[in-house]
Amino acid sequence: MELNTSSITSIAEAVKTKKISAVEVTSHFLARIDQHDKKINSFVSLNARALEEAASIDKRIAAGESVGALAGVPVAVKDLLCTEGLRTTACSKILENFVPPYSATVVEKLRAAGAVVLGKTSLDEFAMGSSNETSIFGSVKNTWNLYYVPVVSSGGSAEALAARLAPAAIGTDTGGSIRQPASFCGVYGIKPTYGRVSRYGIIAFASSLDQAGPMAHSTEDCAVLLEAMSGKDRLDATSASIEVPSWSKSLRKDLKGLRIGLPKEYFSEALDPDVARVTQEAIAALKAVGAEPVEISLPLVKYAVSIYYLIATSEASSNLARYDGVRFGYRSNFDENPAADLGEFYARNRGEAFGAEVKRRIMLGTYALSSGYYDAYYQKAGQVRRLLRDEFLQAFEKCDVILSPVTTSPAFKLGERISNPLEMYLNDIFTTSTNLAGLPGMSVPVGFSKLGLPIGVQLMAKHFDEQRIFDVSKALETAFKAGEKVPNGI
Amino acid sequence: MAFNDYEAVIGLEIHVQLQTNSKIFSADSAAFGAADNENISPVSVGMPGTLPVLNERAVEFSVRTGLALNCAIRKHSVFARKQYFYPDLPKGYQISQFDQPICENGYLEFYVGNEKRKVSITRAHMEEDAGKSTHHGDYSLINLNRAGVPLLEIVSGPEMTSPQEAAEYAREMRKVVRYLGVCDGNLEEGSLRCDCNVSVKRKGETKLGTKVEIKNINSFRFIEKAIEYEIQRQIDCKETGEAIVQETRLYDPDKNRTFSMRSKEDAHDYRYFPDPDLLPLVLEQSYIDQMRSALPELPSVRADRFVKSLGLPEYDAQTLTQEKEIADYFEVAAQASGNPKASANWIMTDLMRELNDSKTEIGNSPVSAQSLAEMIQLIDKGTISGKIAKTVFAEMWTTQKDPASIVKEKGLTQITDTSAIEKMIDAIMTANPAQVAEYRSGKEKVFGYFVGQTMKASKGQASPEVVNELLKKKLKGE
Repeated sequence: MELNTSSITSIAEAVKTKKISAVEVTSHFLARIDQHDKKINSFVSLNARALEEAASIDKRIAAGESVGALAGVPVAVKDLLCTEGLRTTACSKILENFVPPYSATVVEKLRAAGAVVLGKTSLDEFAMGSSNETSIFGSVKNTWNLYYVPVVSSGGSAEALAARLAPAAIGTDTGGSIRQPASFCGVYGIKPTYGRVSRYGIIAFASSLDQAGPMAHSTEDCAVLLEAMSGKDRLDATSASIEVPSWSKSLRKDLKGLRIGLPKEYFSEALDPDVARVTQEAIAALKAVGAEPVEISLPLVKYAVSIYYLIATSEASSNLARYDGVRFGYRSNFDENPAADLGEFYARNRGEAFGAEVKRRIMLGTYALSSGYYDAYYQKAGQVRRLLRDEFLQAFEKCDVILSPVTTSPAFKLGERISNPLEMYLNDIFTTSTNLAGLPGMSVPVGFSKLGLPIGVQLMAKHFDEQRIFDVSKALETAFKAGEKVPNGI
Repeated sequence: MAFNDYEAVIGLEIHVQLQTNSKIFSADSAAFGAADNENISPVSVGMPGTLPVLNERAVEFSVRTGLALNCAIRKHSVFARKQYFYPDLPKGYQISQFDQPICENGYLEFYVGNEKRKVSITRAHMEEDAGKSTHHGDYSLINLNRAGVPLLEIVSGPEMTSPQEAAEYAREMRKVVRYLGVCDGNLEEGSLRCDCNVSVKRKGETKLGTKVEIKNINSFRFIEKAIEYEIQRQIDCKETGEAIVQETRLYDPDKNRTFSMRSKEDAHDYRYFPDPDLLPLVLEQSYIDQMRSALPELPSVRADRFVKSLGLPEYDAQTLTQEKEIADYFEVAAQASGNPKASANWIMTDLMRELNDSKTEIGNSPVSAQSLAEMIQLIDKGTISGKIAKTVFAEMWTTQKDPASIVKEKGLTQITDTSAIEKMIDAIMTANPAQVAEYRSGKEKVFGYFVGQTMKASKGQASPEVVNELLKKKLKGE
């Protein structure tokens, strides 16, 4: 069995029918990590019990017990999801040695479906960054070109997939962190509707925006993973009590009559020519299978990045207050150099352990929530956010799915933008509005830049209408097969 | 200028710990008295990725309290994060309610002496408690058992004018929450905590003076004393021209004074914002109606009823309604005996004394309300005298037997047979000619001596009324 290019469902099927053991599958990918990850740097921790967990799946199958849809499927998990007994760091010095006594609900659900956690993948510190360069474990390299960034915080998960170090990966997306690296790495990645997936046990960045989602090599793989991850969780008050459909089994054969909304604001001249070309190719391919392009307008989208950075930093400044060195995490050396007072205790713990980008966002958020500024910043941003959501819902009266670029350009060079945060933030313009409106959004690989770097398109649908997204994704997959191409040297 | 030229303005913030089984945002036990850091889970510790989920019971208790305090219940209330750093605050913020609290615009009625007062309740909001720090020289320890225990913070209007009034307000609040069964009202264990806001101004002035908050008061008596001290201190400041600083002060009961804890310069900017981890709390009118119809009769209403329909004096009604359990006991006894006043007397004297001496809760009283009622009926029917009843009651307390069988076993039935009593009186008069002569010469106070002797001869069983009547007749030689 050629494991590197096998779909999740075929791996699970082979394991269930004992054509291959879960231990063999896990061993295969562990060996690949050992062989290739030194140069990519996508994993920050490996699960020492991975083979043991795989063996227990095999044992259950041997005993005739029923195992889930992900039987023996190895999964790479972003190091922002807590894993019981396995170090979870958010790639920050402040959690460098943190071993959670609990697992995120998503991890529990994946395991219940038979998945095996291979290890934890790298991210920007606390998922804050647009280039995957702020991790304490060093930057992750783009498998397609080691001098380029994989972009955005779930970069480790995307690269592990692209390099075929795992057949499935879990990311989180606050402003595009699943979709952007998926696009830059030539894989599929979906941020589900806000509330579709439990946030319990996922280290919070911006609570009203964060969602976990799957990344994989095909539409169906993404759908199967999301089916396993979704559902109401009594530990997360914001998770939705809504049925989880079998998306993977309900994919449409054609797109006759399906209206594809194209927001005119998203197709400006500022768009990179490669991105513009690939997006047009995607539209043409969808037309060919019966879809109808419809021009729509989302005038408020131009405020999305501003609103996003006010809301995300405000919530982050609050969510990161718990990292104080009192109960867990990094603590300065007070034995050698005692603190004069409580203020110094906090200042040193936090000052020594948070990186520059995290500090910048805590400062921005603290300012935006301050007395006298709250009304003008956080509250105003919330009001515009509601208007933006309404605007999207109105647009969905004219179309079924919205299609747009994922980013303004393909992957950029490592170090190219780290010195100019504002320019880097602007790269989030197409993805952040989806999080602000709570909508599902997916990045689907379609083509390549002249330099050979992957480029995807973004698909968005109404709340809880992931099915339409998967339908369109499947059509693009059939037309371009862009996810099947493997980077050189892999 | 003197004390009388000023008036005080007092407002109270009372934190009521809601006695739910689990914490407000997690399944951890909220019980008091567990070993240090026993009642904690990753949620209470504020570990990464953990989330709050609202305890329905805490909402129920808050709504009940709000309704009992005549508040409007918000159908849409919002939890907000109140942010500050302190080692016993695990998340770096407290989940509280800010601009949209669950209860608003109510009032509480109570008595100060014989005068009825009505103080407005500005708001009551739900929040989580913090943990507890203890300091030991060069290190401190943190116990997070209390972190996440539900609180309802009840804020009064700045309407009270005397320390007595403030203390009575707090006492009435304790009564209400105990009646509702939402809190045990224990100030010492901190399940009820009271912060007092005090300012003074010259009489007739409309502008409020600078407000000082006094924290950490753990008895009603200390509320009164702390406010009294603080008013005097502020008047002294005014008199000497010293500025009154807006600050938080602590009360030291040993020294009976308040001292500064932190001034407004250290005041936090709490950076409140709606907690994105919790949806707004939306309540249906039907839910609120259901809570309202399930409310018990409140102490002040009950006291009024005891006066109006049971004919009790105001004092008795107030005393009996201090605790719901006592009032419940009284009602059973009054109903079963058909004699509310006698029931009140027995409860307020003999029963209370025995309960206090043995530190027994009325719910565990060896003498049930039903038995007490039976005993009162024996008195009213003339089967036993009030005096014998004391003996019967003592016997009931120790043996838990019913009064009728005690009377029967011990032969305590009252003697009302006039011929038997007449015989006793005749014998006593014969044996005490000197006293008879004394009485007949006009020294009527010797009458008591004859009563005592007759009762003694009857072993207390003679009916005092019959004895009185017969003695008068016989001594006058009728």
